[in-house]
Amino acid sequence: MEALASIAALIAIAVLLIVIYTVARRGLPALNKELFTNVTSTIGIPGQTGGIKNAIIGTVIITLISTAISLPVGVLIAIFNSEFAPAQVAASVRIALNVLAGVPTIVIGVFIYGLIVIVYGYSAYAAAVALAVVQLPIVARSAEEVLLLVPTSLREAGMALGATKSRTVLTVILPTAVSGIVTGTIVAVARAAGETAPLLFTTSLFANAVVTDPTHAMATIPIVIFQSSESPSPQDQQVAWAAALVLLAVVLLGSIMGRLLSLRARRRIEQTR
Amino acid sequence: MSDTMHPEEPMTEPTPNPGETAQPQDVQRAEAAPDRPSTQLGALASGHEEDPAAGREAVFDLKDVSVSYSGKLAIRDVDLTVHCNLVTAFIGPSGCGKTTLLRSLNRLNDLIPGATVDGSINYHGYNLMGDDVDPVEVRRRIGMVFQRPNPFPKSIYDNVAYGLRLHGMKDDLDGRVERALTHAALWDEVKGRLKANALSLSGGQQQRLCIARALAIEPDVVLMDEPASALDPISTQAIEDLVDTLKTDYTIVIVTHNMQQAARVADITAFFSVESRDDGSRNGVLVELGATSQLFIRPSDPRTEAYVTGRFG
Repeated sequence: MEALASIAALIAIAVLLIVIYTVARRGLPALNKELFTNVTSTIGIPGQTGGIKNAIIGTVIITLISTAISLPVGVLIAIFNSEFAPAQVAASVRIALNVLAGVPTIVIGVFIYGLIVIVYGYSAYAAAVALAVVQLPIVARSAEEVLLLVPTSLREAGMALGATKSRTVLTVILPTAVSGIVTGTIVAVARAAGETAPLLFTTSLFANAVVTDPTHAMATIPIVIFQSSESPSPQDQQVAWAAALVLLAVVLLGSIMGRLLSLRARRRIEQTR
Repeated sequence: MSDTMHPEEPMTEPTPNPGETAQPQDVQRAEAAPDRPSTQLGALASGHEEDPAAGREAVFDLKDVSVSYSGKLAIRDVDLTVHCNLVTAFIGPSGCGKTTLLRSLNRLNDLIPGATVDGSINYHGYNLMGDDVDPVEVRRRIGMVFQRPNPFPKSIYDNVAYGLRLHGMKDDLDGRVERALTHAALWDEVKGRLKANALSLSGGQQQRLCIARALAIEPDVVLMDEPASALDPISTQAIEDLVDTLKTDYTIVIVTHNMQQAARVADITAFFSVESRDDGSRNGVLVELGATSQLFIRPSDPRTEAYVTGRFG
């Protein structure tokens, strides 16, 4: 039993290492300055030196917008659950969030396609809304966990000084929990940056140029990886590996940073107990 | 009671012999301040027995007060008056409902789902439980210090200024903060580092900071829920000394399970006990209320006597 379990644990680590190694080995040779300074080239035409500049900018903009949507809504859901909702209601909301977290992201993409894209066409906004739906349960659940760590004695301290519940939440609970909420958000940002399926339905037809107007479709790193990897042209495939390496690095860094910071944030909150 | 009364000889020893004491930390405290418990008694024994409440205005007037949590009775039928500028102690064994009763005096039980308070609690003649009473206004006038220090994870200054900003008392904020910290006997220790995080203070300092935070908004009453139970003997003594000086400006209600503490700081003591009923449920009940001296030397109820002499509790 112990041996089997140990092997299983080793497999998890091995898979991660193999993925990192493979992507690095294939991506590193193509990782040059042009990758970051050139915009994408049309897929399938040999002999071009395309980059991913516009895809990096697109991913940053879309992720920023989606986080600007999911962060306030997610934190408000967490506040509702931890501070205001009766226990049973909070439990139902929690189940709903878990189910939402389990919805295949391609279904979320189709949903946003029917809701927004059919009417307004492809746009960074539509992509951001789809990613926000993916992020929402992550932000809400992690924020709620942190809010629940804030000891009741601090809530009582605020109320005993004559603060209303809302005031206590704003001036005591949230400031105490803020570092924990930020780290949860970093994890959600990393997740959104790597999502592909919701983007297929919302922003997968884009110009080979830097686009900063969110009402238009933008290139994104995951979609560029997806499309370039299907190309018969070796240059395109090189770009796909290099872009994959960039994305992997960003996402790994984000989630490692998020988890480390989250440990620190928890320790700080536990000091108030 | 007061440090100015020094007994020539302790007469009856209110402290049970260490061997008989149920709570080891009580012994520890008695050792840390060996001359203190007897101070009270020396004064008593020399015949200074007068009703400390005589002629004082009633701050709280409780009639038939019962508190239940989700239908389960925690304490029942309490009749009790708290007088102005006195220290009133609630003592009794665990589970006697003394903290529950204290928390209904600033309506903090409102926060607990399912908590109900029956009977009447009058505060300066106003019905504290009335539907038209704003609990926020109640808590602005009736401050509270909790069992464990609970400073906000903010700077020392911001902790004290929290209530001031909340209630718009922003004129001379610095002066108010300084006065509150001075009042709580903490100013000299922290004046050079007001911007430091409150969590960097020791436990005893944190508790005095919480007292300063409560005093800053100039309450009428300060409720204290076992304010020294999480502190070492030296800090405990600092808090007790503080309670003694605060009563000139405030009315204080203090919950303690430590009899010596009640004997040292309180003018009036209310002794609560636990009663078991036929159906197996237990709830708190007020057994005896009187001048602390009276209650400790000549308790009128055998349950009080058993508790103060250390046979029970």
